[in-house]
Amino acid sequence: MAEEVKLYGTWSSPFSRRIELALKLKGVPFEYIEEDLSNKSPELLKYNPVHKKIPVLVHNSKPIAESQVILEYIDEIWNNNPILPQDPYQRAMARFWGKFIDEKALATRMKANFAEGKERELVTEEFFQQMKFLENELNGKDFFGGETIGFVDIVAIVVAIWFPLTQEVLGVETFTEEKFPVLFKWIRKITEIDVVNECRPPREKHLAYVKARIEGLKSASK
Amino acid sequence: MAEEVKLLTTWSSPFALRVVWALKLKGVQFDSIEEDLSNKSPLLLQYNPVHKKIPVLVHNGKPISESLVILEYVDETWRQYPLLPDGPYDRARAHFWAKFSDDKVSPSIWGVFIKQGKEREEAFDQIFENLKFLEEELKGKRFFGGEKIGFADLALGWIAERVCVLEEIIGVKIVEEEKFPLVSAWMQEFVKVPIIKESLPPHEKLVTKIRGIREKFLGAA
Repeated sequence: MAEEVKLYGTWSSPFSRRIELALKLKGVPFEYIEEDLSNKSPELLKYNPVHKKIPVLVHNSKPIAESQVILEYIDEIWNNNPILPQDPYQRAMARFWGKFIDEKALATRMKANFAEGKERELVTEEFFQQMKFLENELNGKDFFGGETIGFVDIVAIVVAIWFPLTQEVLGVETFTEEKFPVLFKWIRKITEIDVVNECRPPREKHLAYVKARIEGLKSASK
Repeated sequence: MAEEVKLLTTWSSPFALRVVWALKLKGVQFDSIEEDLSNKSPLLLQYNPVHKKIPVLVHNGKPISESLVILEYVDETWRQYPLLPDGPYDRARAHFWAKFSDDKVSPSIWGVFIKQGKEREEAFDQIFENLKFLEEELKGKRFFGGEKIGFADLALGWIAERVCVLEEIIGVKIVEEEKFPLVSAWMQEFVKVPIIKESLPPHEKLVTKIRGIREKFLGAA
């Protein structure tokens, strides 16, 4: 049967880009549809009525939403170049760290970016502790997935690419090589991979976009 | 090999309850270790250094945290009474609703529980939005898992187990039968399932505890 795979996403979203990466890693041909989130398409609203968000994968007309749910689905349907390990305990660890990145690290990072005074100190320390936990998970391995990239690496691309970029724009020193030498080694290794670079937002465009967003957020809070 | 299954838990945690339900449905023997969260044990800190929370499942010395991650592990390790359906698409749907429970439904109900006045009215709007989706999902089904309870039911089960307690404390109905007949029916069916029924925390004790939490929260606000 002819497969129909569509991905509704946005070029700047790490959640959308991780799905592109998973599909490309597995060599799955797909149609990409860029959404304008200020003017959501009828298709997006039809395929993800609950959250009205991207990414949404539509496989033979059946929609799947929530990026980590999509990643697992992709891994089950196309089982070449597996993303998740086979062993149930290793799978649990991968899911744990995936959850940790999206539910903890990202939120703390946002708070650390915009907090002021004493609160900033506390949140920065919290961020440091969290990122240390993540760094320790590498434990001498090239990637979280071992010798090749896996589920956690794919989710953690947001740390590899988006975190340093935001840091550059804000001019802060919360996420540095000095503080996280092992994590930065992993960042170097993962950003050398061709397919990872095929799936990242173009740098200049991304920088300009993040700058504009941060300006927008700063002036909105004043 | 002799299995060693321990669950670090508290009697009142809805997250721990999910794991208890899963283990019992699969007939897995386990030891419960009651934690005092105001005085966390060295064991808990060792097994869950990242979050320092319960539940933690320890299987042959290896710890797993985060209730939904634990549920998946339990389902993959003990294959009797499968919690997740067979097909990848249906599995993705189950995962989606489990996430929806924790990301959307839970905060919205907590919102109604701790807010007052106009803020509470708005929180109710949020709940109704969420319940509408659940109502839709239950069309033609007895449980989210179909004929039997499954992964999504266990994830959403706290609604059936706990909402009546919250309603009793705030004196307001949160899930009205006329508005959400399918969700209401599901709630009643869910707590009637023998494994679920026998695992429910003692009602009065739970009301007292949660009332206390609410008062502390409102007092601090």
